[in-house]
Amino acid sequence: MPAFILSRILQAIPVMLAVALIAFALFSFVGDPIATMLGQEFTPQQRDALVAALGLDQPVPVQFVRFIGNALQGEFGLSYRLSRPVADLIVERAPATLELALCASVVALAVGLPMGVYTGLYPRSLLSRAFLTFSLVGVSLPTFLIGILLILVFAVWLGWLPSFGRGDTVQLGWWSTGFLTASGWKALILPSVTLGLFQLTLIMRLVRSEMLEVLRSDYVKFARARGLRDRSINFGHALRNTLVPVITIVGLQLGSIIAFSIVTETVFQWPGMGLLFIQSVSSADIPVMAAYLLLIAAVFVTINLVVDLLYYAVDPRLRAGRGH
Amino acid sequence: MPACGDRTLMQPLLQVRDLVVEFPTRRGTLRALDRVSFDIAPGEVLGVVGESGAGKSMTGAAIIGLLEPPGRVAGGSITLRGERIDNLPPREMRKVRGKRIGAIFQDPLTTLNPLYTVGHQLVETMRTHLAIDAAEARRRAVGWLEMVGIPAASERIDAYPHQFSGGMRQRVVIALALCAEPEMVVADEPTTALDVSIQAQVIALLKRLTREKGTSVMLITHDMGVIAETADRVAVMYAGRVAEIGPVRSVVKAAAHPYSAGLMASIPPLSHKVDQLPQIDGAMPRLNAIPQGCAYNPRCPHVFDRCKVERPELLQAPETRAACWLFDSDAPRERAHV
Repeated sequence: MPAFILSRILQAIPVMLAVALIAFALFSFVGDPIATMLGQEFTPQQRDALVAALGLDQPVPVQFVRFIGNALQGEFGLSYRLSRPVADLIVERAPATLELALCASVVALAVGLPMGVYTGLYPRSLLSRAFLTFSLVGVSLPTFLIGILLILVFAVWLGWLPSFGRGDTVQLGWWSTGFLTASGWKALILPSVTLGLFQLTLIMRLVRSEMLEVLRSDYVKFARARGLRDRSINFGHALRNTLVPVITIVGLQLGSIIAFSIVTETVFQWPGMGLLFIQSVSSADIPVMAAYLLLIAAVFVTINLVVDLLYYAVDPRLRAGRGH
Repeated sequence: MPACGDRTLMQPLLQVRDLVVEFPTRRGTLRALDRVSFDIAPGEVLGVVGESGAGKSMTGAAIIGLLEPPGRVAGGSITLRGERIDNLPPREMRKVRGKRIGAIFQDPLTTLNPLYTVGHQLVETMRTHLAIDAAEARRRAVGWLEMVGIPAASERIDAYPHQFSGGMRQRVVIALALCAEPEMVVADEPTTALDVSIQAQVIALLKRLTREKGTSVMLITHDMGVIAETADRVAVMYAGRVAEIGPVRSVVKAAAHPYSAGLMASIPPLSHKVDQLPQIDGAMPRLNAIPQGCAYNPRCPHVFDRCKVERPELLQAPETRAACWLFDSDAPRERAHV
């Protein structure tokens, strides 16, 4: 088991290096940082001084190694746009995105899983058909449209929920949380539903098809032939066997919830990393983009590792110790 | 009535009477089983043979109440010790399965849940049906694994199915089928998926255990060798009907129904070399094209007019009972056509 974890971590290193190379290449190929930072008028002396200060006069491989060394220490340089350290900006914005992603995943799992189980167990019932129709809407409507529709209904027409922002937040050390205030919770509802809806329908459809498949399997038939109780067959035998693919998808989806919350954050003006990223893109703020890229890669690599570990917990066939 | 023995005098454990199983489809209703009748006596092993699609497995599934939807029992009755079980509500039928009628399936590689240890599956089955605590169930689980011949049972109880070979897994399946001490077991092709070298061991084990416990067996197979070795009586099925039923020696040596006679003739003899085995021309009809009268009439070498019009019930043949007009004692004239 420790050997397995180690090997997965070793495999992650080349992935992260490749992403770092791409992030690093952004600096050279997207815009001219010197021109961006110095503005319209500058003297050649000012220019040379800045080039030297940023280390841009050194050979490219040296720059890359320095970039990685800095990145490892959480040092991504200054934002061109805001002239503040990128690390600070990200630390400031991360709690908003992570809390939103957490709520969206909880919504997706807590609703999608039971709906999937139900539609798998009773594929012909009227409620199952309703769920499936609903899921078609969730899968096919684009996120921004869902967000705008939700705002229209719950913020504009009904006036129950705020249409933008995080509400009041409480500072816990460097972490700003919206979980401790009523307005924070209210502000979370619409973006969480918007962000989680696609994942919810995906999880529901996945669990449904896996359940239908597993319920046809010989071991479920044999469990019935053994006269086991329905509850034990449906949840103990069938649902547990659907978990391996479900964990895979849920893990990857959690990654994409964090990575691609950009659209939702834009629609709801949610002060998270996604909004930071989109604003950085529009002003060619390379250091922020590069840091974001690396961060998201790290999130995916970590989630994949956790998913692999969960397989081991769920499926004994993957654990060592074949035969005797 | 020679050779039938004293079994017929006993109150049957299981009685299947005129069982009809139908599958509604878009193009009309298919009759998968058409008035199937037979008995199984306490402690008896009834072999059920026939080609694929003859309705052997369907009969077994109907008995344990696990017909694949949309299949359903559309007529007849199944009684266990005089109590009807074909129309029990699902909740009651669940208590019959495992507890009173066990089941063994074909492929041991897929019948065990891969995520649970064999001990867990045994304990779960016993604790569902028997009023015993976890420690007692575990003790008995070890005992069952020993009984089915798993070496080092007290260690292997915590092993997962994938850690056993196919033959060992089928032994575990047998333990699972018998662990709640049912009165009978439906064994649907229990050796078909196994290595030839393992088949005999598994059959011998099943035979020994069920004899020790006095458990009746409905042994579904297309392997006549297995039947000849294991069964007391044998039922030959054809196109969803019982063609012939009788003591195993009589059916093997002196089959009365032309179909069973053809089936037995196609078993290669061990005593001498043959160039070509006899075969029955044609194929079993599809369920939507079963001919009028006797289902076997298009392939039967002894066919006569009546076979094409009227379906024969099981009639008394010399040593067995056969669904064939050749044995209609009320109309002996017809035999002149043979």
